[in-house]
Amino acid sequence: MLGAAAWVVTAPRPMDAAALDALEGDVKRGETIFLAAGCGSCHKAPGSQPDPLVLTGGREFASDFGTFLAPNISSDPDHGIGAWSQAEFINAVMRGISPDGAHYYPAFPYTSYIRAEAQDFADLYAFMQTLPADDTASEPHRIGFPFNIRRAVGLWKALYLREDWVITGDLSTEQERGRYLAESLSHCAECHTPRNLLGALDQDRWHLGAPNPSGTGRIPAIAGESFTWTEFDVSAYLETGMTPDFDVVGGTMAPVVRNLQQLEKSDLDAIAAYVMRASQ
Amino acid sequence: MKFKTILGTFALGAMLATPVIADEDPAIEARQGQFKLFSHNFAVVGGMAQGRMEYDAEMAQTAADNLYHLTRVDQGRLWPEGTDTESVEGTRALPSIWEDLDDFVAKFVALQEAAENLQAVAGEGLDEMRAGVGQVGQTCQACHEANRAESS
Repeated sequence: MLGAAAWVVTAPRPMDAAALDALEGDVKRGETIFLAAGCGSCHKAPGSQPDPLVLTGGREFASDFGTFLAPNISSDPDHGIGAWSQAEFINAVMRGISPDGAHYYPAFPYTSYIRAEAQDFADLYAFMQTLPADDTASEPHRIGFPFNIRRAVGLWKALYLREDWVITGDLSTEQERGRYLAESLSHCAECHTPRNLLGALDQDRWHLGAPNPSGTGRIPAIAGESFTWTEFDVSAYLETGMTPDFDVVGGTMAPVVRNLQQLEKSDLDAIAAYVMRASQ
Repeated sequence: MKFKTILGTFALGAMLATPVIADEDPAIEARQGQFKLFSHNFAVVGGMAQGRMEYDAEMAQTAADNLYHLTRVDQGRLWPEGTDTESVEGTRALPSIWEDLDDFVAKFVALQEAAENLQAVAGEGLDEMRAGVGQVGQTCQACHEANRAESS
């Protein structure tokens, strides 16, 4: 009985394929989603200055559970996602389920993308079809027992995968727009929020900073007492890469700024408004 | 030729690196002081570019002149081997700097060129200055992305 229950709890729960396939994607809007979601930052080739539009994969992401390797998500039909249907793509991005029905590890931030509108990912799907194909084979993650049991990720999802917003209560229209970007597409909290022993974000310490999982130093707090920036500072930083002390962005935040600075300034203002609201 | 000259001085600095107790190497504090001077001046033109203060051609020009000269300081003794994050405390300079010194030098040369351009345009008007500031910022960012650790 217990085994059967566990099998049910850990089963993938995809969204309805027919409904997803019926969405009409828009390439131009999809490009904006691509920038807001930062796909290229993790899926570009390794090395110092690869083209972030060639989604070769192969970058390594160290964690407490092992090393994850970003897969090839270029339009190549054999090694990338060129042969995927729109529904398969959206279920991968918003539910963490592969086309063969396996769970993805939550190193892939479907945990945030789940809060977005499916339409955004139909647009992204349309845009990503236009990106170059690359035939580099994806490499397997280097994950030891017991974390290499993919089915167990289903249990993790039952515990931690949530569609609802983290910051709730009274929000202005601008703060809501910022929340949409920050809590779903741009997935700020995935790095700026500490994780519990099972690798889930600790929502009680939202945006309070965390150890850098893939190197030295810390991902800074963007909330709480130590965070002294103003709303203007946050928006100006996302637009220009300059901190209030006129240091210039680096590390893993550099590609984030390079993407976000291509969005409308009103969206950067919205993210800043949300960040300040979340810091209250 | 500028590139080669600088590369020469960097390599010389690396060879001359003396076995002082690494975390007391004065080069670390000296180069951090250099970057503080960069940002102290960048704050003037950057602040105007971000709209934090009114554009003032004379102030912008002075800051850009300073940046031009500051980025010409010889780097030869500021980057001795063994002063990276793996070897000592108190630095954010990643080993990648020494693993690919040519790339590091190229990135520094790019900063020098962008500072030279900024010096030429800083007094010409807000839009011209802003473009020059953006270009300098790109060169800072390129190196910080590749070679600087997150702060602790």
